[in-house]
Amino acid sequence: MDLFVLLKTVPDTVEELTVAADMKSLDPEWLRFKLSDSDEHALEQALLLKEKHGGRVTVVALDAPEVEEALFQALAKGADRAVKLTGELGEVRSLAAARLFADFLKSAGAAGGDALILLRSQAIDDLEGEIGPFLADLLGLPYLGVVVVVAPGDGGLVVTKEFTGGMRGEFSLPVGAVLGIQAAEKPPRYVPIAKVRTAMKSSTLETVEVASDSPARFPIEKMYKPEAAGRAEMLEGSPEEVANRLVDLLANQSLI
Amino acid sequence: MTSGPLEPIRPIFWNIHENYHWAEISQYVLGILAALLFLWGVYRHFARWRAGKPEAVLPAWPVRIRAFIQFALLQGRLASDRYALTMHLAIFLGMCALFIGTALATVDLDVTHLFFGFQFLRGDLYLGYKLVLDIFAAALLVGLGLAFWRRYALKPERLKTLTHPTFPLDSFYLLAILFLIGATGLITEALRLAASRPPWANWSPVGNALAVAFRPLPESALRSAHIGVWSAHGLLAFSFVALVPQSKAFHMVSSAVSIFLRNLGAVGALPAGDPAGVATVRDFTWRQLLQFDACTWCGRCQEQCPAHASGMPLSPKDLVLKLDLQLIRGAKPASGGNGAAAAVATLHDGTVGTAELWACTTCRACEQVCPVFIEQPRAIVDLRRHLVSQGTMDKTVQDALNHLNRYGNSFGKSDRMRAKWTQPLATKIKDARKEPVEYLWFAGDYASYDPRVEEITRKTAELFQLAGLDFGLLFEGERNAGNDLRRVGEEGLFEVLRDKNLQVLGKAQFKSIVTTDPHTYNTLKNEYPWNGNGVTVLHHTEVLDRLLQEGRLTPKKRLTGRVTYHDPCYLGRYNGVYDPPRRVLTRLGLELVELPRNRDRSYCCGAGGGRIWMEDVPGIKERPAESRIREVAGLSGVSTLVVSCPKDIAMFRDAVKTTDNEGKIVVKDLAEFVWEAMQG
Amino acid sequence: MADGILILAEHLKGEVADITFEMLAAGRRLADARGVSLRVALVGNDVASLAPRLGLADEVLVVSAPSLEAPAATTLAALLKTLMEKESAGLVLLGGTNATMGVGSILSARTNLPFVSYCKDAKADGADVLVTSQLFGGKILTDVRLPGGRGIVSVYPGSFPSDAGRSEKTPPVRSVEVPLEASPVTFKAFIAPPAGDVDITKQNILVAVGRGIQTQDNIALGEELAALLGGAVCGSRPVIDQGWLPMTRQVGKSGMTVKPRLYLALGISGAPEHQEGMKDSPMIIAVNTDPGAPIFDVAKYGVVMDLFELVEPLKAAIQARKAGA
Repeated sequence: MDLFVLLKTVPDTVEELTVAADMKSLDPEWLRFKLSDSDEHALEQALLLKEKHGGRVTVVALDAPEVEEALFQALAKGADRAVKLTGELGEVRSLAAARLFADFLKSAGAAGGDALILLRSQAIDDLEGEIGPFLADLLGLPYLGVVVVVAPGDGGLVVTKEFTGGMRGEFSLPVGAVLGIQAAEKPPRYVPIAKVRTAMKSSTLETVEVASDSPARFPIEKMYKPEAAGRAEMLEGSPEEVANRLVDLLANQSLI
Repeated sequence: MTSGPLEPIRPIFWNIHENYHWAEISQYVLGILAALLFLWGVYRHFARWRAGKPEAVLPAWPVRIRAFIQFALLQGRLASDRYALTMHLAIFLGMCALFIGTALATVDLDVTHLFFGFQFLRGDLYLGYKLVLDIFAAALLVGLGLAFWRRYALKPERLKTLTHPTFPLDSFYLLAILFLIGATGLITEALRLAASRPPWANWSPVGNALAVAFRPLPESALRSAHIGVWSAHGLLAFSFVALVPQSKAFHMVSSAVSIFLRNLGAVGALPAGDPAGVATVRDFTWRQLLQFDACTWCGRCQEQCPAHASGMPLSPKDLVLKLDLQLIRGAKPASGGNGAAAAVATLHDGTVGTAELWACTTCRACEQVCPVFIEQPRAIVDLRRHLVSQGTMDKTVQDALNHLNRYGNSFGKSDRMRAKWTQPLATKIKDARKEPVEYLWFAGDYASYDPRVEEITRKTAELFQLAGLDFGLLFEGERNAGNDLRRVGEEGLFEVLRDKNLQVLGKAQFKSIVTTDPHTYNTLKNEYPWNGNGVTVLHHTEVLDRLLQEGRLTPKKRLTGRVTYHDPCYLGRYNGVYDPPRRVLTRLGLELVELPRNRDRSYCCGAGGGRIWMEDVPGIKERPAESRIREVAGLSGVSTLVVSCPKDIAMFRDAVKTTDNEGKIVVKDLAEFVWEAMQG
Repeated sequence: MADGILILAEHLKGEVADITFEMLAAGRRLADARGVSLRVALVGNDVASLAPRLGLADEVLVVSAPSLEAPAATTLAALLKTLMEKESAGLVLLGGTNATMGVGSILSARTNLPFVSYCKDAKADGADVLVTSQLFGGKILTDVRLPGGRGIVSVYPGSFPSDAGRSEKTPPVRSVEVPLEASPVTFKAFIAPPAGDVDITKQNILVAVGRGIQTQDNIALGEELAALLGGAVCGSRPVIDQGWLPMTRQVGKSGMTVKPRLYLALGISGAPEHQEGMKDSPMIIAVNTDPGAPIFDVAKYGVVMDLFELVEPLKAAIQARKAGA
């Protein structure tokens, strides 16, 4: 199986996020980046498929802060090839990113219908929408999101998608597809730092020059922090004191 | 035949030489054969050790010789168990004496008499020789008797062996054959004394006493019996010698070598190793392999192990013996191979279990009591490194490692929040990154990030300020020092964090480092390359002790009460810091009651070795911390447990609740007492 | 007349999802402010019976076919594009749920209209519509202007009051024939979660356990507490992923959305996906050792404490109160 995994880094919300003076973007001063949450799952799913059914895994990402480490980590975990798309990128939102990836994937022969493209289902900064469907549309491939199980079957792939309330749905689609992975079948594996460092020394990242010509679909009129909306009233004291206070509150609401 | 009527002299092959010459020849032949088999067997063991990876030996010969005398000849580490010490010394010294006696007899005959025509075992020397040997022979038999009684009547838990690297009945075999050798030796002597009745027979008191039973027999019967028993004695002895390398008895050789060549490095400095860890037996170093062979199956390690006591699937004894078995038998072929080449099974594939390896807290209680200086925790860490390289660990450990990698702390909080605990302080703390300080305070993760411990860290800061100590923090520049990372097996991540810390430390100016966390203390002191820069690493209890001693901190009031103190593994057993905390407590006026398991026998709280990041194992008997709290509850009139490690605070406070001692036992850090004493 | 508003109704197994009512509430407000029509596209297999519940709309357009049981995103997008053209709709509201994942992006690509995700609020602003979205799990808000009020908006569940979207009125219903775009993605079957004994969406009191419960055995503590209170136990995703509670007890984006009178969250950090499923509960009490846990942002009362310290005293206090009263 020819597998492609798209990665991206997003601001780490462990840090305090502050808005820049122009009120339209994030203040870069304390910004740290980490791999988007379900990216690890997408990679893990690709590696699991490779281990079970053979094939090659190529990870691709747009050049961004802290993306190199993510690419090397992917190589250390077992990816075969890592590609970084570089150039004068500016702010690249979902559709623009999709166009860049689409061009690369076409040149890499991934649009023919024998390559499976896996990526995150959703990212926390996808204001313009998820990149997966855009990409699928540009490549003329089918798309399915919120996927939790991927396996060969029915002449192509049989995948399971999550709905709500614990309900899931089973779909079949051809191998040449774009899948938004919500969760891999196993938790993302751990790779020891020693292996990542070895990968950094022994492997190289391929770089491909790209140029983005798609401006954002719409400008952000204003970016701001929400008002410290009603935080909980904190109850203090010993466990017994707190327990009694809680019981009072519950009794007041006729819950006891 | 006897010598002249007056002078005692050792009889040469009495009865054998004149009547059974073939036996005399056979003895030499078999003796040489046995010796060759012995040497060949030893060589095979030696070859197996050499198959391991290289490891440097620190010469320090005088230290080694002294240690050899203390621990190998005088069995120093057995002293904690009087029964075992007595019994084993009796057997060991008994066998040594008898062996020397036989050697002297051989020299007496085959050297001095054969080549120089005289015997030296004559006269008073001979009498003394006989007396000493008889006493030691008796001691040997008594010792063996004690051993039999212990093993088969008293049946202590630690003597139970699950894995036999040699053969299952080995323990019985060893005791039995030694007993038979000793008994046949004495009976041979008794028969001879009964037949020949030399005037100095009293100088062999035991043999002579036995001879009384044989006197009624006619001389021919005595001589027939004599050759029989003598032959049996010879055969048994030679068999024993030839089989030494094949049986548990080999520990005489391997233990001696292990003690002599033991690792003299600081115990807190884990030897560096391949980050990929150990997957097969050959990946261990020769010294580690030698140690596995040196194991005497005594089980002292198992008896001390907190993981074992709580019912987890780890026994240091069993682990070592399983590794020894692999060493001796050779590696197993891989189970269910999917290739043409028979791949060698890793130790993790059937020999050693994952839960077994993760159960260890690296407290070193096992290593501390091992009579032959086996380094069990080191072997476990080596095996863990392989697990880490495969990613086989609890999800919670994985999360902790990912957090440590990203944020430099295991809590997953931003590194910018590391010094948030300092905010409420009235006086700001110096930034050691920007100005020189005398004491650089390396606070550690738990002291900085754990909400339960923050208050204690602040009090410690106030104490330093009250004493006018010139100290500073690295603030956000500090990262986890890496002690537990190494012990979990993530060697690569340890190096990354260590290098980051060294970079920041390299730019700062300071004379000493002080830390509140014993784990941090251990690794900074023993595993960071100070390159002889003379950096002193101190624990906050050492600093407080010094401040109180020098009068830089004078208590405003005297504290009263009975308290007890728990020696943290990484401060006490690992680094020998026992007295400073005790001095502090007594100086404050508190009455210190020692726990039964104190100092180097302190019982681990269970957090070390990364276990604090691991999920609770369901169905265990009793957590180590709970056992310790119950020990505290057993002290009359003591309701306060003093600790000096932030993880101890977390573990013991939890255990107080789960053992229903809430309100009965209080857990406090030593610094809190000093702080209290400083409040007017 | 300016282009109208079109809502894609969401439903599962014969029930109209709450998000649909949320969108009706928001859509109605927008439609009235702009003086345009509000239509609902009810797409599925044999769904006409659900139409009467959508009374707040000006009209319900029913597109029914067996192949629309769980349609592919491209099929829905193409369908919506056709409807937009036929019914002169310029603004499409979609639910930000698993079911419609991908529809907005594809529709946006095909119509060349902007697609704004994570919408928390939408207001008429002159001829335009101003959409407020939340990013980074709610830590940052952005305002985006849709010129002429044309665009596609994905509504973040829980942003609008669903009750305001219900109505007693019966809307006009029209069946519409739309050529359906075939898709290589074929729906095979629903996989229902293993039958649970308890429907947590119908409980008045829920005791929710998260990672902080640590082991499967400890879930019993939550159950004891729930039993005392006359409620049931539910969990956040990590607990369900571990297999400690069945999927029917999962609260959150991929699980249930609940609104019990009391939601007692023990050892739950409160990630956005979980909050989505419970934040509208009238009384949320959260217990967590981390004072910075996001759950405290939606809770009414918070306790920074180890849940194991609190459970026994709480049980005792409840028992005492019940005995005393």
